[in-house]
Amino acid sequence: MKYSLQRYGDYGDREAAGSAQTAPQNTAAEWPLWEVFIRSKAGLDHKHAGSLHAADARMAIENARDVYTRRMEGVSSWVVESQHIHASDPTEAGALYDPAADKIYRHPTFYTIPDEVGHM
Amino acid sequence: MHHLYYILQLADNALILGQRLGEWCGHAPILEQDIALTNTSLDDIGQARSLYQYAADLFYALPEAEKKAAFSSPLLQQVAGPVDEDSLAGLRDAWDFRNILLVEQPNGDWAQTVARSFFFDIFQFLLYTELSKSPDFRLAAIAEKSLKEVAYHKRWSSEWVIRLGDGTPESHRRMQDAVEKLWPYTGEMFLPSPGETFAFEAGIAPDVASLSDAWRAEVVDILQQATLQVPDNNWIQQGGKEGRHTEHLGYILSDLQFMQRAYPGMEW
Repeated sequence: MKYSLQRYGDYGDREAAGSAQTAPQNTAAEWPLWEVFIRSKAGLDHKHAGSLHAADARMAIENARDVYTRRMEGVSSWVVESQHIHASDPTEAGALYDPAADKIYRHPTFYTIPDEVGHM
Repeated sequence: MHHLYYILQLADNALILGQRLGEWCGHAPILEQDIALTNTSLDDIGQARSLYQYAADLFYALPEAEKKAAFSSPLLQQVAGPVDEDSLAGLRDAWDFRNILLVEQPNGDWAQTVARSFFFDIFQFLLYTELSKSPDFRLAAIAEKSLKEVAYHKRWSSEWVIRLGDGTPESHRRMQDAVEKLWPYTGEMFLPSPGETFAFEAGIAPDVASLSDAWRAEVVDILQQATLQVPDNNWIQQGGKEGRHTEHLGYILSDLQFMQRAYPGMEW
């Protein structure tokens, strides 16, 4: 299988532009794109909230604070430059994910759970 | 009366800077910074609201004769019902505003907006840190709540000073120009007005002159990190605390007060 680096969020854009080296002209001077993950409260996972532009990591954290947490959405943020995220190829989604569809026995739903355990 | 003037001075600084920053809404160079500035603007206007509400209560408690003498803006004198936060913000003319000249300076380019916030944020953080310990509990509560916001404003503006100063030749030049241009307006922060002298002597606020050294140390440190020169011009442009403003304030108020004056008492 031919391996190529896919960048999250822009699958198709780069291909349309020709190659990874030729970005559309007006984006050359723009700040890089960052993905933002927000934890809504202590103990929960950081969840993907969206993306934004920033010149560096510190600015990305601040922009994330201003864009994504202004309505008390979070208590902690992660940012990662979008180009560092590797994504699966949508054209391979069938091979990668469809086989799981008929493996219902992988869900732990066949056990009786004592009431004392509560919600799982 | 001086207690009222002191609170108004704090409120006016917050309101006018908030209005100035709000002018960037929809015009900032990038969406993320547009939102950042609008957030800051709303923080400032929120502080102004709390302070105006306090000021309105202080005004209400004045003897009748002092109420009449407190302001000379015709529309405010004609308010039939109780004076509230909206009438204080919307019906005073420029000479009854007590904000420092720094906050009414135009946005200019991005560097000038950043420099204005930077000089003010460092000062406001020092001031509110002291005010949060004030025996004037209402003032202390407002200062304490605002302090977290101001800590972020200060972080934002300081980082932009460094980013532009230590950036490209053009950004360095623009940042240096902005620092030079606004420097003469910084001295006014540390010249006590009668209201500030009253508040200091009453033990509810620090002596603003005493904040000067800490302010300068912090500003110089950031300017050095930003590879910028500390201006050696010590001329102080003053008058705002006394109600003598630059021509800019009139234009700001004509925007800010339009609704309140055209549609008195309007609610939405």
